Amino acid sequence: MSTVLIVGAGPAGIRAAQMLVQAGLHPVVVDEAARAGGQVYRRPPEGFLRTPAQLYGTEAGKAVRLHRDFDEMVARGQITYLPERSVVALSPKSAADGGGGVAHVLGTDRREVAYDRLILATGATDRLAPVAGWQQAGVYSLGAAQIALKAQGVSLGRRIVLAGTGPLLTLLAYQLVCAGAHVAQVLDTSPLGTQMRGGLRMAAARPWVTARGLRLRARLGRRYKAGVRLEEITGGVGGVEAIRWRDARGHSHMTECDMVGLGWHLRADGHLPDLAGAEFTFSPVYHQWMVQADELGRAGAGLYLAGDGLAILGADGAELAGALAAIACLADLGLSHPSPVGLLRRARRMARFAEGLAQAFPWPAHAVATLSHDTVICRCEGITAGCLRQTATLSGPDANRAKSLSRVGMGRCQGRYCQLAGAEIVAAATAQDVADIGRLRAQPPVRPAPIGAWLRPAGCATDPAARLAPGQRQIPLPDRDI
Amino acid sequence: MTQASPLQHDCPALGQGRAIRLAEGARPEITFYIDGTAAVAQAGDTVLTAILMSRRAVRHAEFGPEERAGFCLMGACQDCWIWTEEGHRLRACSTPIRAGMRLCLAPPDLWPAGMKANLP
Repeated sequence: MSTVLIVGAGPAGIRAAQMLVQAGLHPVVVDEAARAGGQVYRRPPEGFLRTPAQLYGTEAGKAVRLHRDFDEMVARGQITYLPERSVVALSPKSAADGGGGVAHVLGTDRREVAYDRLILATGATDRLAPVAGWQQAGVYSLGAAQIALKAQGVSLGRRIVLAGTGPLLTLLAYQLVCAGAHVAQVLDTSPLGTQMRGGLRMAAARPWVTARGLRLRARLGRRYKAGVRLEEITGGVGGVEAIRWRDARGHSHMTECDMVGLGWHLRADGHLPDLAGAEFTFSPVYHQWMVQADELGRAGAGLYLAGDGLAILGADGAELAGALAAIACLADLGLSHPSPVGLLRRARRMARFAEGLAQAFPWPAHAVATLSHDTVICRCEGITAGCLRQTATLSGPDANRAKSLSRVGMGRCQGRYCQLAGAEIVAAATAQDVADIGRLRAQPPVRPAPIGAWLRPAGCATDPAARLAPGQRQIPLPDRDI
Repeated sequence: MTQASPLQHDCPALGQGRAIRLAEGARPEITFYIDGTAAVAQAGDTVLTAILMSRRAVRHAEFGPEERAGFCLMGACQDCWIWTEEGHRLRACSTPIRAGMRLCLAPPDLWPAGMKANLP
């Protein structure tokens, strides 16, 4: 029986696993979280008491079904589930060698998981644009503030400003207000006219979802401002103290706060697809590099993508994409599978909605390209826009050379939160289109990994208790060292 | 043995941390240690949540004057690395707090942890 490895147990990974199980396969699922669900349907630790309705609002039914379906597959032994582990590197084999490859999986132990087919459902992160002062304590991604609330029941500040653009900006503000947090201001960099134009396309594709977003927005009242320009996050010894911004008319404002949440919709995570050999293309719609794949998610021989890592369709679209990727995988294995036609029709509607959404809540390319010289671009290593512009005269219009010379993209986040902004600045400094700058090559390990983990042999079985060779033992790593 | 934490001064006069509990605040309490000082968390807290209940930040930036308090909370940015007294490094946002944990907000003298002891 072929081994299919699924990376990620969010909506896409869960539906992919389910489709493969229904076809009689026994997939291996690696996920970084302790409990499956992904970011959107993240489950709090055991012992937390809020109900699904309190945690997931209108999406509670979907969350409960996904969690239940996944837990049942685990309980029935239909999948090999490796939670709290990261795939940090891939060693793909060439098609001439039969395809497939080996995944290097790191958690409290290190394993090498051989696979015949690979489904990557690794999702997305917040897409961040730098704001002067964003390196200070108390600035978080919007996703971070949502995780803190959902999975821990905490607010990360006493007086909160949320800024950026995208559906999460409104949703998170609403969730925080409902939970009793003090949200002082919600600052959307997208002008109302832009939102209207994209919003019409959104409403044409998914009217109910669009109306729900508008209702949440209305609940924010006068806290919400559209078309703002973010100027500086100021602070002192204890971190963030205020944010300075200009409204749509150009009037300057200063809002006191001890937490700022930032995010400009999502950025598809391309690290593992890159290591697996996928090709990328710059998407003018999403204004970022996306994996080239067919409509079912085929991105190479034996390689499939699903979820926000493939196309930023959100949770509903991710469920469809997970099932579609699994269908493609089954078809390529010559196994019987359901028709993808109905799923594809629904996925196309999700894509039309997503394209409207991308238009309504755009990446602030101009604001990033014109950031002041002293604005930190790389939070990891404190590298400024001015420094990056200086190196651009040496590197020329090439993202990877600019990274080598400036180190923007080389720090501990491996470019996840700076590379889009960095490319924008290098493009402007060299008078090129950002699509012509190229994208940063992914480098393994895609998560920090202690060298000691490779000094000792790996247990290569996916179920060590049952399948470790005699004399081979699992090597525990010291207390989750990174 | 650990260095005195440069973060100790930053608790506001009220002694408040950055995080405040909005829900789920009735879980069992556990004690752990920040730079040798006892602190209280609740079972199910991450290390990041546990520290931010009484502190404004979890470490100093290596490349700037500012402090850091985590950023993405999903294991992608690596902003929240701190240390154990034994010299191991951990990612605060994705590590559950445990009773008796002894954590450092600056690299302890032992870091990086006894590589010799860990070799086969």
